[in-house]
Formats: sequence, C-alpha cells, structure tokens
Amino acid sequence: MSKVHIELTVNGKTHEALVEPRTLLIHYLREDLGLTGAHIGCETGHCGACTVDIDGMSVKSCTMFAAQANGADILTIEGVAAPDGTLHALQEGFREMHGLQCGYCTPGMIVRAHRLLQENPRPTEAEIRAGISGNLCRCTGYQNIVKSIQYAAAKLAGEPFKEAAE
Amino acid sequence: MNDMTPPTPEEREARLQGMGCKRKRVEDVRFTQGRGQYVDDLKLPGMLFGDFVRSTYAHARIRKIDASKALAMPGVKAVLTAADLKPLNLHYMPTLAGDVQAVLADEKVLFQGQEIAFVIAEDRYVAADAIELVEVEYEELAPLVDPFQAMADDAPLLREDIKDKLVGAHGPRKHHNHIFEWKIGDEAGTNAAFETADVTIKEMLSYHRTHPSPLETCQCVASMDKIRGELTLWGTFQAPHVIRTVASMLAGIPEHKVHVIAPDIGGGFGNKVGAYPGYICAVVASIVLGVPVKWVEDRMENLSATSFARDYHMTTELAATKDGTITAMRVHVLADHGAFDACADPSKWPAGFMNICTGSYDIPVAHLAVDGVYTNKAPGGVAYRCSFRVTEAVYAIERAIEILAQKLGMDSAELRMKNFIKAEQFPYNSALGWEYDSGDYHTAMRKALDAVGYDSLRAEQREKRAAFARGETREIMGVGLSFFTEIVGAGPTRNCDILGIGMFDSAEIRIHPTGGVIARMGTKSQGQGHETTYAQIIATELGIPADDIMIEEGNTDTAPYGLGTYGSRSTPVAGAATAVAARKIKAKAQMIAAHMLEVHHDDVEFDIDGFRLKGSPESRKSMKEIVWAAYNQPPPNMEPGLEAVSYYDPPNMTYPFGAYVCVMDIDVDTGVYKVRRFYALDDCGTRINPMIIEGQVHGGLTEAFAVAMGQEIRYDEQGNVMGASFMDFFLPTAVETPVWETDHTVTPSPHHPIGAKGVGESPHVGGVPCFSNAVNDAFAFLGSTHIQMPHDHWRIWKAARALGA
Repeated sequence: MSKVHIELTVNGKTHEALVEPRTLLIHYLREDLGLTGAHIGCETGHCGACTVDIDGMSVKSCTMFAAQANGADILTIEGVAAPDGTLHALQEGFREMHGLQCGYCTPGMIVRAHRLLQENPRPTEAEIRAGISGNLCRCTGYQNIVKSIQYAAAKLAGEPFKEAAE
Repeated sequence: MNDMTPPTPEEREARLQGMGCKRKRVEDVRFTQGRGQYVDDLKLPGMLFGDFVRSTYAHARIRKIDASKALAMPGVKAVLTAADLKPLNLHYMPTLAGDVQAVLADEKVLFQGQEIAFVIAEDRYVAADAIELVEVEYEELAPLVDPFQAMADDAPLLREDIKDKLVGAHGPRKHHNHIFEWKIGDEAGTNAAFETADVTIKEMLSYHRTHPSPLETCQCVASMDKIRGELTLWGTFQAPHVIRTVASMLAGIPEHKVHVIAPDIGGGFGNKVGAYPGYICAVVASIVLGVPVKWVEDRMENLSATSFARDYHMTTELAATKDGTITAMRVHVLADHGAFDACADPSKWPAGFMNICTGSYDIPVAHLAVDGVYTNKAPGGVAYRCSFRVTEAVYAIERAIEILAQKLGMDSAELRMKNFIKAEQFPYNSALGWEYDSGDYHTAMRKALDAVGYDSLRAEQREKRAAFARGETREIMGVGLSFFTEIVGAGPTRNCDILGIGMFDSAEIRIHPTGGVIARMGTKSQGQGHETTYAQIIATELGIPADDIMIEEGNTDTAPYGLGTYGSRSTPVAGAATAVAARKIKAKAQMIAAHMLEVHHDDVEFDIDGFRLKGSPESRKSMKEIVWAAYNQPPPNMEPGLEAVSYYDPPNMTYPFGAYVCVMDIDVDTGVYKVRRFYALDDCGTRINPMIIEGQVHGGLTEAFAVAMGQEIRYDEQGNVMGASFMDFFLPTAVETPVWETDHTVTPSPHHPIGAKGVGESPHVGGVPCFSNAVNDAFAFLGSTHIQMPHDHWRIWKAARALGA
C-alpha cells in the first residue's frame, strides 16, 4: 500500500512519518510514537477513551486517519504535565477528588477536561457534565470526575476549592 | 514548634495512613499521566496479531471453510480452524461450569458471533482484511432464541456434541437442550405453607440479558519460548493464577513454565474472569509460529460473544399472613445460558448463590428450583458486578416484597421492618442454607427512611396521584426502596472451588532491612485500588507507613497463588490473608523488640508504630529499629529476616447489606423519567478507605442505573444480536447519571480478622431493584403489579399506554 508523508507536532515535538492512508490516528500515536496513554474502547466514537487535543479541539483519535493530522498540533495526556514534571491542576484534581478508578478512560477524560476549561474556565456542574458527555467512564459514576474538574478550575483561577454540598 | 517535640500518638497514627483514612490512591500517579500499562500497550519484537472469523448465523451447519484467499494475502501467517485444533484436543475447552465450549466452531455454529477461524497476520489491519477473505459455507438451521421454548418437544437440538449425555455436571438432563436442574430447600414444607397462607403473590420477574462491558475489552499476548519450553501470557485476567492452571492443563506445559501476567486492567466487572477462545487461539498460534501473538477483541466482539450476564426468568412467590408476616417463599428460575454453560460460578453452585433469595427477611421455609437451558445465544452468565447470581436473587425478593405490600395494602417499608431478621438473631441460618454473619437491618432502614424524609415523600406522592387523577398533571412519582443482603467473599474451601481449587486467597509480605515493604496478593485489581487499600491494612497492623509499602498483584511468578478478584472477594479473603500475614510478622517483631529491650515478650505491647515496655512507655523500639534488627541482630535461635505468607481459607462468607431509596418522576406521555434523588446506605463492616468505598458505591450505582434503565443485549427472532455497539448498548454519560448520596452504618464481620465485608458490588446489587421499584411504584396506583426491566423511555411509555395512563 502506498504511504502518505505526514509532519505533525505532538506534545511540542515535531514528527515526520510515512503512514498508510488508512492508519487511524490512535494507532499512529500508540504504536508508532509509543504514546499509549490514549486508549481504544469502542471503535465507534462513543467512549472517548482515545481523546486527544488537535489544534484546540477535543478529537476522538480513533475517528480520524493519521494522514488527516498532517500539519496538526496535537496534545496527548503525556503532554499535559509541565515539562519539569509538575502535574497539571487536572491531574492533581483527579487524584485529590478520586476521579478515576481503573484509569482506562482517564487520559481521554483529562485531555477533554483540559480543553473544556479553556473553553469555559469556570463551568457549572451542568456545563461540566455536558462538556464531558462524549467521554464514558464505567467505574466512577462521574460524580467525582465533576469534582475533579471543579477542583482544577478553582486552582487554575487561583481560588480555594469548595465542594458543593450534596 | 520545637523540632524536638515528639509527635503525638494522633500524629504518629496519621503518618501511617492506615485503615479508616481517606488515603489518596497510589495508582493515580501513573494513570493520570497516561503511564498505566495495559495489555494492548505491550509491543514485543516480531509480535503478530490474531483476529476471528465469526459466525453470521445463530444456528447453522458449517459446510466448508476455505481460507486459501486469506492465506494468499501478503502478511498473513496462518489461519487456524477447528480442524487444526482437533489433533491437539483443543477445539473444545472446559468451562468453569463443568460444560465444554467450542474454541473454534466444530461443524456447527451455535450463536451469532461464534469463533470459527483465527487469522494470524503481521498487524491488526492485515488481520482485519484477511478475515473478510475466509469463506465459510453455511447451512442455516432453525434458531432457538426464546428460553421458554428450549424444552419444547419440537425444539431444535443445539448441542450435538453432548446429545447422548443424559447426565450433566450437575445431575440428570431432562431434554436435549436442558443443562441442569438445581433444587434447594424444603419443597413439601414450602408447598404446605403456601396452601394454608392467608395471602400469596406470584409474579414472573425477568432479569434481562446484559453485559459488563468494561471500557477495555478482553485481550492477551501469548509468547512461547520454544527453546526454554516456557509460555508467557499477558492478559486482562481477573484471576491470573486460575488462568495459569488452565493454560498449563490445556497446553500441556508444566505450570512452573507458564508465566501469566495481568498488568493494569481497564475495568472487569466479571467480564475478565473466564477463559475465552481468544486466549486459547493466541497461545496455540504462538506455539505453532514461535513468535508472540496478540489478540484484542473489538467492542462488538466483546458485547456479542464474550460473556453476557443475567438472563434469569424468575417466577417468584411469597406467602404471608393477613398482617404481613411472610411465611414462605417459592422461586423457580428458567436460566438462559446460551450455547454453552460458561457460567463463572464456584463449581458446586450451578446457579451461583441464587439461594440467598430469601434476602434480609426471616422467612421460615423456602424452596428454589433452577432449570438451566441452552439457546442460540452467546455463552457466559458471568457475575456482572455482583457475587454469583446475587443480583438476580436480590431483584427477586425486593420486587416480590413490593408486590406483596401492594396486595396487603401495606407500606412496603413497614412490611420490610416487620419481616427483617433481627439484630439479635445473628448469626442467622436462612431457610436456604446460609449462615448470615452479622447485621443490624432495622437501624440501617430507619436511618435511610429518616434521611430521605420518607413519610413526606409518601404524602407528596399521594398529592401527586390525586392531581394526576384530576387531570392537573401528566407526571407521576415513584418512591423505590430496596434493602439488600449480599453474600460475598467466596469462599470457604469446604463448599467453594473453581476447577477443584479451593477458593482461599493469599498474601505475602516481605519487609526489607531499611523498612520498605513489598507485599503481593493472589487477587488482581481492575480499578478497585488494591495498591492503596492493602497497604493501609498492613500499615495499621504493622505500624509501617503505607507510603513505604508497595503492593504488587498479577504476576503469577511472584505473587502467591490466589483465586483472583470478583464477587467482592478481595477484601473478605485476600484482605484477611493480608492481616493474618501481617500478624505473623508482628508476632516475630514482638520477640525481637523484647530481645532488644531485654525483657520477656509478654512484657512488651504494640503501640501504633513500634513496641513499648508495658507500664514504661518511654522504653520502646520503633518498627524501623525492629526491622533493622531482624536482619542484623535477631535473638538467639531465631532466623533472620522478616516476612510471612498467609493462605486464608475463610470460615464463612461475609454479608454486607444496605438500604437504598430512589425518588423518580415520570412523564407518562413521553416515558421520560428523572431521578430526583438517590440515597444509598451501605454497611460493609469495617471501612478501610472511605474515599474508595464511596467511589465504589458511585460506580456500582451507575452500573445499576444503566442495567435497570436500559442496558440490554437483545436478540431478534433469528438470533441476530441487536445493539452490540455503544450506539445501542446503554452506557450512561455524565448527563444522564444521577447524583448519588452515600451514607453508612458499620456492623463488622465477626469472623473476619479486621471485620471488613467487601463493598464493590453492593451498590449494583441493591441499586437495580431500587430503580425498578421506583418505576413500578410510580405505576402501582394504576393497577400494575410488575413492569419488566429494562425501563427505558420507550418501554415506560408503552407501560403507561397499556395501563391507560
């Protein structure tokens, strides 16, 4: 099969590759670049475990070809922490608020929340729930994921985090 | 503060992060950075990829399989069919339920999606292309889909391989599609009680077929080293040691040369207990080709072929006096097991622990009969976030009690209170043979009712019903109650085994000279946070900070043999083993401390993080000092070192319980419902980590919500599986998922070393009937006694229409 030349930036690093036209972006990221943080959960675009950030949008990387990412600037979970290893407020929030269990949806969930907080830095609970509705979690029941994102939003705004009364 | 101020006992205690504290999870550090290590992340040199050709029919004879075009495709290395496995005697594999299951279809296919051929290719894309080129010629046969028709005289014969087998693993078979009949209880006594009862109810309660669908599907990598004669198998295994034993037996490789490794697992919920054809084929392919072979099922394969759950049709009867004292229970279950009986139950329990169906009530006499039948559906019958068939049992009793309350004209909370097993009756022997360890049901129920303002809810409901009758609103209100008793922690080896191996579990704790600890268990976390909680048990038992304790599971070369994680058994069994192993170390540490203090060991006592001289607490040795001494200056005649192992055979199961309340509003014109409130009180005995318990409850309730309100594996009349993708299979998003309120009481297990009972599955078990009771309660005033699950909008709307709402 003839291959396509692509050049793209992933987590700030430029990569060049020859890929089959049909290679899914998730497989390119996981198998060619070894970035195994994003996962595959459904192949139909429902679960969001494969979510990465492309040019400022949350994208399910199993629904596009690597060839379509030519020229793109991509952020994956591996690039969310600061270069010095300091965890992002979301990574801290997910741990503090018990926003994960098996960890399989977590990379996609955090990358999605990362974009959500740039679109809407102080979302309401309903906005968070709607904002992550493209990402399925089978373990947590979402309640603590919502809190994790609220925690991060507060921290990024430099405000103390107050847990809403239940 | 002066640096010399010694820490207070509270500060020393807090530093340990032991039992009872909301310790943050160790696992999260890697998971939040995308550094988990799941099976599909594994990439070995020369690794090939396997994919299945699957049946398009539910029931058909295979006339011919032609793989020549696939084999001619560049990148394809081999195609396995039953003909290749037969000489190895691997075309069938034993199931946990004493049946056999086809690894690759042998002459016939028995369900849509059944494995027919295994294509091994250079990568997953080539394999996916090649399976399209394998030509299978079928002769279509009449499908059997309805379990109620399975034992009809003219029902098609499904299992030709066992047609002459009149006695199955659990006794005589009544029909060619019959698997087993399991009866328990006093049949004559129960029948007599029903004959003389003031009031009886009878309802067929169906618990539909569904699927655990963890976000990560089932997958493995098999790597056979022919020179060394060793097989390494990485996989999504909830029970890695059992998989090792099975792999050794099937492949004929000595068990010490089989290395099974379960890395991080992306959720299990019962789906990853059993052995599947994919594992066998990957192993065979690696043996044949001499290179590693990966198999990763896709979501459609997972939902349509790899282990369903439930599919129990339970005709449930209760007998009672006029004033609401329950006098007897009688249940008949028709169990649809699909094409092979691959239920993941302990060997002696063909219907799991369905005989916990008398629930939380003091029912003097009961009888249960279960008939298992074959149909043209996928095999399975796994315990989806529940101990074996306990969710079915709890659904039966908790729906039945509502129906009885309705018939008696009595409030169902009052009926429950009247019939609960009383706190002073524990340990309580149930009519169907269990010894409940501990409970205080009245207190839990009262606390729940008070928390939700139960009486006001009922008053509001009365007003709403009156307004509905007056035509002022089209919204109705349901108050769903459930009170469940789980039975978890399987189990005592006297009555629980898997393939003949008793269901003990294990822990090995090794303390290094400078105080760091590595501990390994026979269980395997799939998200439950074992690396965090087991360390908390050891921290409290030994006075070593949890942060200095590393927990490792899943590597069968290093971990002691255990039966794995399912049925909420990790805390009850391996958690107990952990405490027992820690106590062995503690006993030795006490001897060492006494020797260091030059006193008799009876004269020292444990004190948070060390041992102190009784009556003279300033004379003490910290665990750090004791550990160092264990390696350097052990007492005379004592072996150096500090480690212990425990294989714990639990004396009994544990019996967590809880009281749940759901308040739901339903629009009768659209079937759209809103869960206004959901309150869950759980009693799981001693609480190791309240944060993790709460997380488990949230997750279990969300799965219960999904199952009760729409999640279903459905088949059409031809046996086509409907909805085997996330397009149709209901997994709630954050938008639909209700907000959960959690609460607890604490009634420790008297026989467990730390009093813990296990919690992971309780919310699912208690949650499903609670949602279903809310829907049914909403419609009860229109004369309905029971509406079958799942309660999706369309079915609720249909029910409303049928009731003339």
